[in-house]
Amino acid sequence: MDSSQFFSATVVIGILTAAIRLASPYLFAAIGEMFGQRSGVLNLGVEGQMLMGAFFAFYYTVQTGNPWIGLLAAMVVGAAMGFAMAVVSVRWRAVQGISGIGFFIFGVGMSELLFKTMMGEVRIINTGFNPILIPFLSDIPVLGTIFFRHNFMTYLAFFLVPVAWFILYKTTLGLKIRAVGENPHAADTLGVSVTKIRYLTVTMGGVMSGVAGAALSIANLNVFQENMTAGMGFIAVALVYFGGWRPFGVMFGALLFSTVMALQLFMQVFNVAIPSEFAVMLPYILTIVVLVLTVGRVRGPSALTEPFVRE
Amino acid sequence: MRDSLNRLFLSKRLDAFLPIFAAMAAFVIGAIILFIMGTNPLVAYRAMINGAFGNQNALVETIVKAVPLLLIGLGICIAFRAKVINIGAEGQMIVGALMATAFGLAVELPGWLVIPMAMFAGFFGGAVWGAIPGALKAYFNVNEILSTVMMNAIAVQLMNYLLGGPMMDPQQAAALGKLPETARLDSAYHLARLMPPTRLHAGLIIALVLAVLVYIMLFHTTLGYRIRAVGFNPFASRYGGIRVRRQIVMALLLSGALAGLAGAIQVYGLNYRMITDGSPTGFTGSAGYNGIVTALFGGLHPLGVIPASFFFGALLVGANSMQRMTQVPSAFVIALNGMVVVFVVSAAIWRELRERRRRLAKVSDVPVPIPPVQETGQKKQES
Repeated sequence: MDSSQFFSATVVIGILTAAIRLASPYLFAAIGEMFGQRSGVLNLGVEGQMLMGAFFAFYYTVQTGNPWIGLLAAMVVGAAMGFAMAVVSVRWRAVQGISGIGFFIFGVGMSELLFKTMMGEVRIINTGFNPILIPFLSDIPVLGTIFFRHNFMTYLAFFLVPVAWFILYKTTLGLKIRAVGENPHAADTLGVSVTKIRYLTVTMGGVMSGVAGAALSIANLNVFQENMTAGMGFIAVALVYFGGWRPFGVMFGALLFSTVMALQLFMQVFNVAIPSEFAVMLPYILTIVVLVLTVGRVRGPSALTEPFVRE
Repeated sequence: MRDSLNRLFLSKRLDAFLPIFAAMAAFVIGAIILFIMGTNPLVAYRAMINGAFGNQNALVETIVKAVPLLLIGLGICIAFRAKVINIGAEGQMIVGALMATAFGLAVELPGWLVIPMAMFAGFFGGAVWGAIPGALKAYFNVNEILSTVMMNAIAVQLMNYLLGGPMMDPQQAAALGKLPETARLDSAYHLARLMPPTRLHAGLIIALVLAVLVYIMLFHTTLGYRIRAVGFNPFASRYGGIRVRRQIVMALLLSGALAGLAGAIQVYGLNYRMITDGSPTGFTGSAGYNGIVTALFGGLHPLGVIPASFFFGALLVGANSMQRMTQVPSAFVIALNGMVVVFVVSAAIWRELRERRRRLAKVSDVPVPIPPVQETGQKKQES
């Protein structure tokens, strides 16, 4: 295929469809991370949690032929890693920036170790989450293709955005989370357990990161490789800043990134006259640009990265 | 009696061993993981120790692996002292190596001139790659952890492009080869070997000298004082007339420069060409991440990083021999390193608790015995 076809209608539809699909791992991870940060904990281990989730989801899907069991496994391992991060940052009050990097390195090594000992070689599965065509809606020309022919994980990711919004702004739990992240001492005085809230958000953040990994390995790509996330976990953290710590802002950011990813993939397919390495750089450069443009414009949770000590 | 015991257990010297206890905790969990995987942890760990220290060659390989860890660890120390977390050593090492290699391949000059200039090229390349996130943090308040991770990914793509294209070995390119590697450097440009025929090279001396220089810079110069002051309290520093932003850029610049130098030494001391395997860590061997572990383990002190780098160098060499002996993939060590980081930063709380207990123990200098009730009261406060 040559580059002159790049701007045809089919290609544009293809890019938009891929953008919706590719947004799901970013969305899961970033929404989970957002709750953690809203309660005052910066979890930089997302990348490691995603890799572990991706491996466990893939392994159990291969073993059982059932992606639901794979998804469950990803949630369990994500919860375990999230809980460990919570213990380290809440109970032991370790510097969050660095302990998260520890979990990232652990996840990279551990997922590779498990992959090499338990599977050995790269293989592609066809038992992952396959596309579900929404009746009638998927028949609409153009829009049907772009929005209503995706796998379960993609629908779930977008469904979780309003759910996250509702939890954060319309429930007592959400109020407590925001209070703990803004002013833990005041929240503590009012009888909110800062510790419990942070354990909850960081553990759930781990679950979401695990699910994000599963969205990659058993829904979008149907393959597992060492280090397959390639920085997506860190981009998800950046998306939380970009989205101004708000669910719909995060969704907008995720879509921006997935569009760039999709564009980059199509550029490679169509041999656009730019070396593929430069195309692959795009999302990373975009992350830096986006951080420059957004940081300082929106104020984050006041107690972010501050361990809580009752005085 | 109680006083002398207190003095023993609460002595500040014991604090220096906290990272070792933390690493031991990581090794214990590592042993459990090995056990679950069906490998005898003792056999695996013994294979590691033998592989790292068993004979002269093993020892030399350990030192060779320690050199980049030492340089990068030193850089991480500088950054950390200014409260800047540099995760970008991977990218800084790559860019430094690219600059140094491009320089060595382009010029035709005597070796004694080229080697120092190439080292400077590496230093400069790393400095640029570090100064960018530094400036972004100082002037745009961009989180340096995220920006350095992104700079790593960009550097990897830049390397893959250059080594597979413009900088590719012409012989390789003529034969339509696909290996991402440059041509070999002229033999006059190679760093001296200290103990031929082993691979021990002069990079070791450069790294050790720099460790001392960084120590002097951090603790005995105004620049070091400013960097540490900014890390200690940026507001007070600004009030005291220190240009905080400039120090932040400087800390990341120096941190990156040392990583870039590590890249140049890797090319000029070891491979004599720049080569990767297509994976993100193909050139660096994850030295940029392992350097963080090394710096933390060395207590973020330039002289502490020296033994720490040998320890982690040994771990890397040992991992390879463990892989050969027990079929446990060497990725085990990456997981182990991650746990070391987690436990070392978690151990900080013990230091804090001990500090507090020390303050309370001072009360006992007064010749009145402490009532036991007060003792339990203290414990409750701490838990």
